[in-house]
Amino acid sequence: MTTASTAPVLPVPARHSGGCPFGPPPAYAEAAATGPVTRAELPDGDLCWLVTGFAEVRTVLSDRRFSADIRHPAFPLLIAGARELITDNPDFLRLDDPEHARQRRMLTGEFLVKRVEALRPEIQRIVDGALDRMTAGRTTADLVTDFALPVPSLVICLLLGVPYEDHDRFQSLSRTMLSQESTVEQLREAQEGVLDYLRDLTARKREQPEDDVLSRLAARDDLTPDEAAAMGVLLLVAGHETTASMIALSTALLLEHPEQIPGLADPATLPGAVEELLRLLTIVHTGLPRVALEDVELGGVTVRAGEGVMAMLSTANRDEAVFGGAGHRATDELDLDRDARRHLAFGFGVHQCLGQPLARAELQIALETLFRRLPGLRLAGERGFRTESFIYGMRSLPVTW
Amino acid sequence: MQVSVDRDRCCSSGMCVMNAPAVFEQDDRDSLVMLRQTDVLPEQFDDVILASELCPGRAITVTGDEPARTGA
Repeated sequence: MTTASTAPVLPVPARHSGGCPFGPPPAYAEAAATGPVTRAELPDGDLCWLVTGFAEVRTVLSDRRFSADIRHPAFPLLIAGARELITDNPDFLRLDDPEHARQRRMLTGEFLVKRVEALRPEIQRIVDGALDRMTAGRTTADLVTDFALPVPSLVICLLLGVPYEDHDRFQSLSRTMLSQESTVEQLREAQEGVLDYLRDLTARKREQPEDDVLSRLAARDDLTPDEAAAMGVLLLVAGHETTASMIALSTALLLEHPEQIPGLADPATLPGAVEELLRLLTIVHTGLPRVALEDVELGGVTVRAGEGVMAMLSTANRDEAVFGGAGHRATDELDLDRDARRHLAFGFGVHQCLGQPLARAELQIALETLFRRLPGLRLAGERGFRTESFIYGMRSLPVTW
Repeated sequence: MQVSVDRDRCCSSGMCVMNAPAVFEQDDRDSLVMLRQTDVLPEQFDDVILASELCPGRAITVTGDEPARTGA
């Protein structure tokens, strides 16, 4: 029997080479096969624990003995030398309660389920507009640049009050921030660039408020201008690449399984189909970082206080014991009839994605509309995957109809 | 079956409203969970158990496995 302490140490992030382009790097699946908690090595040479099992990932993300505070000296970092970029005021994704809750609660009203439901007609209008432009006078397109990215970009710009005309600038900076290949210097420049952009914008909103999230943040007297700008950066980056990746990857995967596309057409099965796509395509392959504040027994090993852990959502979401079952395909295959609602694609615990009702609405509307309006949609060239990003996704998806 | 919520643990994910909209709602004032009813009808058992299981803040507690008897 292999114990975690004698198992080979896997470097993280693992390279995405070989294997299915829609899944996590094969090395993670191999690690999961040796046990729910295994040893891994970070780029700086620090060891951490790779947590791959469903139950163990849920524990790490919801047990307050694991901290999300990036200022902890042992917090696991996926880019060598990145510790020098950590400021005294990280965004609330990288803070614990009560400070995390204080800031998160300033935004929760913006993403209430009923509020997002009321936005559906507006999202439908944006999706239809993007498709109108994509199909006007032509029969081929790159689905990534012509549909998957503009839809969430237009939606989040509308909500935040960010001018869409600036999208080239902040999308390019955001890609540098999310790239595993960026140097510390490139990261610093991109981070400052996006922050400066949001600082200017929130300052303008303070002078001339409009009906948008940034104006409401800028008007708060319990938030400093820098905190308001940092929250804006988080929402802008999180609202872009994630949903764009899910739209592009979902489309590419569905084109390989045309027999399942009718599952999107029925309003009764569409939400469940989107949950299955979220489960299988879980785009944060590198996992969510945490640091143990106390010794914790986890999956047969003792994680010591001060040790880093990476909660691997992708492998947890392929756990046969949770998502398998008679009459269904293996969990590394698409099965739109599967009950996938327990998936962890949005994380778990108090940091679970704030924008998940919005992401679900966008995915449901974008995918249903795309395949309804273009029933002859098919691949028209070589697909490009964004393997270097912390948000896995697609670089290009040539299509025709 | 009865259901209760701990608003201090709620992180406003909306998972409960999405999975059991007849039982849970989000407060307009503070975005935190509110109950539409505390006794769960038999046809709501599955949805409420799922909502409890999926609650990221573990703010939902389900007690009793028998249908609630009104006035009992």
